[in-house]
Amino acid sequence: MMHFLLLFSRQGKLRLQKWFTPLPDREKKKVIRDMTLMVLARPPRSCNFLQWRDLKIVYKRYASLYFCCGLEDQDNELLTLEVLHRYVELLDKYFGNVCELDIIFNFEKAYFILDEFLMEGEILETSKKAVGTSIEEADSQQETMEEYMSKPTY
Amino acid sequence: MSDVVEKTLTALPSLLSLDSQSGSGKLSSTSKLGSLIRGITELTSKHEEEKLIKRELVAIKEQVSSPNTTMRQMKEIMVRAIYCEMLGYEASFTYIHAIKLAQQGSVLEKRVGYLGVSLFLNESHELLLLLVNTVLRDLQSTNLIEVCMALTVVSQMFPKDMIPAILPLVEDKLAHPKEIIRRKAVLALYKFYLIAPNQVQHIHSKFRKALCDKDPGVMTASLHIYLLMIKESPDVYKDLTGSFVTILKQVIGGKLPMDFNYHSVPAPWLQIQLLKILALLGKDDQSTSEIMYDVLDECLRRAEMNHNITYAILYECVRAIYTIHPKSELLEKAVKCIGNFVLSPKINLKYLGLKALTFVVQQDANLALQHQVTIIECLDHSDLMIKRETLELLFRITNGQNVTVIVEKMLEFLRFSNDDYSTIDLVGKVAEVAEKYAPDNGWFIQTMNAVFSLGGDTMQADIPNSFLRLLSEGFDSEEEDRHLRLFAVDSYVRLLQEDPAKLPQRFLQVISWVLGEYSHLRDDLEATTVTRLLARLLDLNHTSNETRSWVLTAMMKLCEGPACAALVQQVCDRYTGSLDTVLRQKAQELQHLSQDAELRSRVMTRRCTLEPLEVDSSLSFLDGFVSEALAAGAAPYKPPHQRQEELSQEKALSLEPYGLSLPVSLSSCCISDRQSPTLLSVSSGNSTDPSQRAAPTTLKLDGVKRVWGKQGYLAQKEVVEEAAQVEGPSPLLSSSQQGSADSPQTQTPTPEPDLQRQQLASALFVGLGAQNAVCLMGKTDAVPQRFRRKPRGHGSSSGSVERSSLSSHSLLGNNLLDSTNIPSDEVVSPKNTERTPDLTATNGTCDPEETPSPDETAAHVLPLTSGIGMETMEPATHTDPDRPRNPCLSSHLPAELSGMARSDIAPLCSNRSLALSACTVSTEDTFLLILFVSNSSDSDVQHLLLQLTCTGELEVSCLSDGAPEELAGHGVAVYKYSLVMKTPSPQVELAGVVSYEMPLGEPQAAQFSHRLYLTDFIRPLPVSTEEYGRMWLSYTHDTKQNLKLVQDDQDPLTATLNALKEKLQLHVVDIIGLEGIVACRLLQGQPCLMHCRVHDNSLAVWLRSPVLELPDCLLYHYQKALQEH
Repeated sequence: MMHFLLLFSRQGKLRLQKWFTPLPDREKKKVIRDMTLMVLARPPRSCNFLQWRDLKIVYKRYASLYFCCGLEDQDNELLTLEVLHRYVELLDKYFGNVCELDIIFNFEKAYFILDEFLMEGEILETSKKAVGTSIEEADSQQETMEEYMSKPTY
Repeated sequence: MSDVVEKTLTALPSLLSLDSQSGSGKLSSTSKLGSLIRGITELTSKHEEEKLIKRELVAIKEQVSSPNTTMRQMKEIMVRAIYCEMLGYEASFTYIHAIKLAQQGSVLEKRVGYLGVSLFLNESHELLLLLVNTVLRDLQSTNLIEVCMALTVVSQMFPKDMIPAILPLVEDKLAHPKEIIRRKAVLALYKFYLIAPNQVQHIHSKFRKALCDKDPGVMTASLHIYLLMIKESPDVYKDLTGSFVTILKQVIGGKLPMDFNYHSVPAPWLQIQLLKILALLGKDDQSTSEIMYDVLDECLRRAEMNHNITYAILYECVRAIYTIHPKSELLEKAVKCIGNFVLSPKINLKYLGLKALTFVVQQDANLALQHQVTIIECLDHSDLMIKRETLELLFRITNGQNVTVIVEKMLEFLRFSNDDYSTIDLVGKVAEVAEKYAPDNGWFIQTMNAVFSLGGDTMQADIPNSFLRLLSEGFDSEEEDRHLRLFAVDSYVRLLQEDPAKLPQRFLQVISWVLGEYSHLRDDLEATTVTRLLARLLDLNHTSNETRSWVLTAMMKLCEGPACAALVQQVCDRYTGSLDTVLRQKAQELQHLSQDAELRSRVMTRRCTLEPLEVDSSLSFLDGFVSEALAAGAAPYKPPHQRQEELSQEKALSLEPYGLSLPVSLSSCCISDRQSPTLLSVSSGNSTDPSQRAAPTTLKLDGVKRVWGKQGYLAQKEVVEEAAQVEGPSPLLSSSQQGSADSPQTQTPTPEPDLQRQQLASALFVGLGAQNAVCLMGKTDAVPQRFRRKPRGHGSSSGSVERSSLSSHSLLGNNLLDSTNIPSDEVVSPKNTERTPDLTATNGTCDPEETPSPDETAAHVLPLTSGIGMETMEPATHTDPDRPRNPCLSSHLPAELSGMARSDIAPLCSNRSLALSACTVSTEDTFLLILFVSNSSDSDVQHLLLQLTCTGELEVSCLSDGAPEELAGHGVAVYKYSLVMKTPSPQVELAGVVSYEMPLGEPQAAQFSHRLYLTDFIRPLPVSTEEYGRMWLSYTHDTKQNLKLVQDDQDPLTATLNALKEKLQLHVVDIIGLEGIVACRLLQGQPCLMHCRVHDNSLAVWLRSPVLELPDCLLYHYQKALQEH
């Protein structure tokens, strides 16, 4: 199970944080600081995995933004890299050629997309299309049971 | 910094130009958030940013408190507040408004409100209580979006106490027609299961329905719960193996909708989840493993595309193959797969390859040989992570021959590492292998010196403790002990003469203890010299008071002669006035002892041999004093946690009227208390208090001994090595083994300049492949374990070792043995028996006269010939009506038990010739298990042997003497065992094996298992109310929970207690009004007390016991009893 997901810039500025296990605020700050320090200090062409306390850290850089998450021991690192990649794909689909500024200015949207994609540190929806649909539905504000039942697709 | 400025400058133009852009959901930079962000980007210093945000927050505060602010504006404000919080500025005044927004806003506003709540608050925040109603309403909303949002927020954060309030609604959603809602509901339940498993116990059947859901997404979501449940009790879910295999087959076969593909790989997430589940199910279980061989094979075959995601699947597949019962073909394929990983140029894959190797070398050390070149390359890799993982791998293959090289590599890494966590970990590993495989005394002392200097004061406390213990207890030969101690003294004197200022405190403590204890061994070393060196330590600025008291203690042992006395006097003068009480006391003692030679010789006797010290840890000699004081009116002692609890009870707000559960703060304080006793026990046995140790000249290791655990871990480890060696020599490997044995002509195709590497390789891998060749030739290897003592119970390694030993056992039973052509009697090679003399002796397996008692040999009796075709029946299944053998079995019951209450005789397993049944008999102070072995064939059965494998929870002792070796046709043998539960657990599985021989035919064996419940081991504890009160105060572990009340118009409390008494043997001490107190005890074990109170149609229960696990386990059975009622 994923413990947290952080997005931060190359300068170490936090862009998004999601905690899947409860932590006191001070501990969160420490995690964020340690992560930015550790990840930003990694030389190029080193592997995307780190060990921090008893957590496995998987990070990946997309343009100027680092995606970084903490995993439990039995989780699969490679799969997590793909989780990050899928999240980027989802952002890309929503914003259309996503860049860091999209996430800065519309961070709440990035959170909404994440909520449709991950739940409780586990992947909720792997289909790109389905996540897109549920975000659209949420954006369009409402859908009643009657509307849903009368849809021909069901 | 210049980088930041540069970045800002480059970002600005694009920012401004984006203003004019119009796109779908593009930047809303004209908004207030936009201008805030732009404002921040324009700033150059942290200070200015702070000022700007402060201003912003003031503005926000004004707006939120204004009555004219609409919800729409509030949404905008909330986003800004979230942004400020993300930058690290507190905006706690907006929390309540986030909740209000979620409550009152329209859908879009509500969404932001919920987002704010989930980012601002954590699970224990009291404001969350205000959210419960909103969530309840939204769960019932007709707008599906609102339902979705509510489920999302529930899974993110919901107060544990409030789960019952919404649980029925979430359960209903499992039957919702829309799949996304079903899926979210399943995940919300998953969350509940994580934080409060007791609360969702009753809906297990619904999980099964979710597993069978027609939507694959819902099924996938339910697997999270199953993975968790199977991890806890794999046996319960074995019947699902077939279904999981079928699902995986369908997934691999591409039967799922295209939507589930990821880069044209079908549902990789689902695949990996299933592989994890299968690995858990197949672990140590041959028949279950057999079901999944095909699908694992296919999984490996299909995942061949060159993409990260397929590698992820392969990696998981390899792990599964090595976890379940082994199959040679699959293992071969997995090995090939690992090879691809390790040799891959992609650094991520290389890393995982090393990880996989580390995982598998525990079972087959020869695998490391195949990749020695790569391993050596990785050892010098520029990436520290790779290096670290390689060391981990080397640690697993350490043996007596390569230990020096490997330790050297580890220490080298330690010198560069600056990460505390990995330092602590690695230092522990160095200490472990150094102690286990040290080639000579000098090396050992030097290595430990390095460990102490590098480990500093952060390392685990047990390293110095066990080192000192090793020195003080000694091992086989006097001479050897003396030698080692002398070495230590010499090296420490040298260190102190050089520069003691840079040594860590822990090391100084070790040094002063050793010098105090053993410097007299060196005749040419005068006590004065040592005392002077030690006195220098006192003067160092950074020396802690703890270390100082160690030094003073050492001086007490040393002070002899007038020269010393003068020096000691100086020291005493200085520290008798110290502010630190311990130091002051030490100084006083030192002063007295140095002046009174006779007293000193009495207190500080120099004993070379170590007799175990009797320590009365219960302080019973103080009982008289205590009772006197109590009689004189003193208040009874309350342990610290209780004082704290009472304090917090007085202070805390009473949440009772809302009454779903007890205050959160209480439970959190209980948790921290639970940990403290273990910490205490460690430190009391260890070195923190020098005053304890000073008087009797030896370490008081009373507490430590228990930490080392039972004998037997090392035995299993050895077995693994043997097995690995036996299994090794397949044609593929033998050449490489040869190569490493005579190193100059290594077969590795490396170019010339790598001579150095080749040498390293031969040094590193020396003990691995070559060993069994040596053994087969009958030579004994000259690497006996140097320091023989109880193996360490290192949590991480012991568990896995145990497991791997199990599977390697069965490997022997498999036909792998045939292919290797090694006679089975050579499995126990001379070398290996020589290496572990202590173990074989203590285990008694080598001694033919001593019959092994069941628990000692428990781990060894795993059947070599398992799976011969015996059907094992679940104990729960009812008796076969065709074979009415139970009535006659009861006549075989031992005469002394015939009148007692006993359970029905239940069949355990049967085959053509034998049938096993069991029943249990409970008496006031025993719990007996009676096993009946009945011969259902006409011929006699010979060499009948029944052995029980007990887990750590149970203690089994055999009561029947002289069990028959032979059993005539249609005869019945009866075995009687007395059982005691050592560590409480809700239920335990008692497994065993019966082996026998038919007159014509080979030996056979049958496995069986029988499940026992905690309820069998619970007995009433007759105490009076006063005694109860006293006991209640003295117990440390407690648990609180609300239970269902039995519906009864007259007196629900009595009815409930009676219902509990029906199922569990309890003693109801007293019932006063709405409260009741109940006491029980674990058979031959500790008591558990319960205090309950009727409250709002539920029963608030508070359990206390000196044992950590007991209250939880009892609660489990209480709930079960009430449910069944």
